[in-house]
Amino acid sequence: MRLDLILRVGAKLVLPFILLFALYVQFHGDYGPGGGFQAGVIAAGMVILYSIIFGVHAAKRIAPPIMVEMMVPMGVVIFTGTGVASLLMGNNFLDYTGFAHEYLHAHEWGILIVEFGVLVTVCGTMVAMFYAFVQRGRS
Amino acid sequence: MIGNPSAEALVMAALLTLLAAVTIAIARQRNMFGVVIMSSIYSFLMASLMIVLDAVDVAMTEASVGAGISTVILLATLYLTGSMEYPQRRSVAIPLFVSIVVGAALVWGTIGLPAFGIADAPIHQHVAPTYIDFSRKHDMPPNIVTAVLADFRSFDTLGETTVVFTAGIGVLLLLQGGWRIGGARREDDTQGDDEI
Repeated sequence: MRLDLILRVGAKLVLPFILLFALYVQFHGDYGPGGGFQAGVIAAGMVILYSIIFGVHAAKRIAPPIMVEMMVPMGVVIFTGTGVASLLMGNNFLDYTGFAHEYLHAHEWGILIVEFGVLVTVCGTMVAMFYAFVQRGRS
Repeated sequence: MIGNPSAEALVMAALLTLLAAVTIAIARQRNMFGVVIMSSIYSFLMASLMIVLDAVDVAMTEASVGAGISTVILLATLYLTGSMEYPQRRSVAIPLFVSIVVGAALVWGTIGLPAFGIADAPIHQHVAPTYIDFSRKHDMPPNIVTAVLADFRSFDTLGETTVVFTAGIGVLLLLQGGWRIGGARREDDTQGDDEI
């Protein structure tokens, strides 16, 4: 791993803002453009940039492969679990009306949870795919 | 849009010209590394085009997936395969014929489309007014796209998430190998936790 000073310092400056932007896209999705899918890809992009600059070994310390692989089904579980929870509250599958007293709040919560599920699955899938490709090259 | 060229139309024309140039460059390029970088540029141009069309969500997805992640994945693939395409002598007649027929069919298909950007296109008459009225009535969040994706049509989004999940699992199964036969891992699975 050769270390390029400008790349390393530049990446260090940019990385936190990429993650922050991913969170912004995630939680501001109700008001601005974006949502779980875009946020997941941007967050995965942060991990991938980190591993390009600092090596996969360093990236696997901040995003361990086992966690990344768990994230892939976890998002679908969160999404489906939201639907089951709304079923248990007496509404239709994925009808968020029961989550809070007020209609609008309930649906904001529902959208937020569901989008979080999308983020988890997308981010996990992208990073896991990247790890799989990189690992393949070494054997 | 044609006849009264606005700034938007000019930007659009420039972007489309660049897109065509990049496409021709991709078709002529024989070095795979060049092709990957060109397709990344193509995605960025496409994202800019989507912004001009006011589809910021799509632009964001295109920029992050098309220009970002898939470029990285393709580069990782090139690392595995090598980056020169083997020169192959074969006739261009059949591919050319197929491209021309498909292209002509697509152009013929656009003739049947409603004019660009008009409000009474069928797509704006079907369920879209219901969504807009409903979210206005209930003071839903102002970005109706999010409300449509995650609330009105959350079944679709659940399906899409499952598709992403399935694709991820499939890629992992194919690439990580690790077919466990009788509980034992293949020997090449144990390699690969050293420094890159």
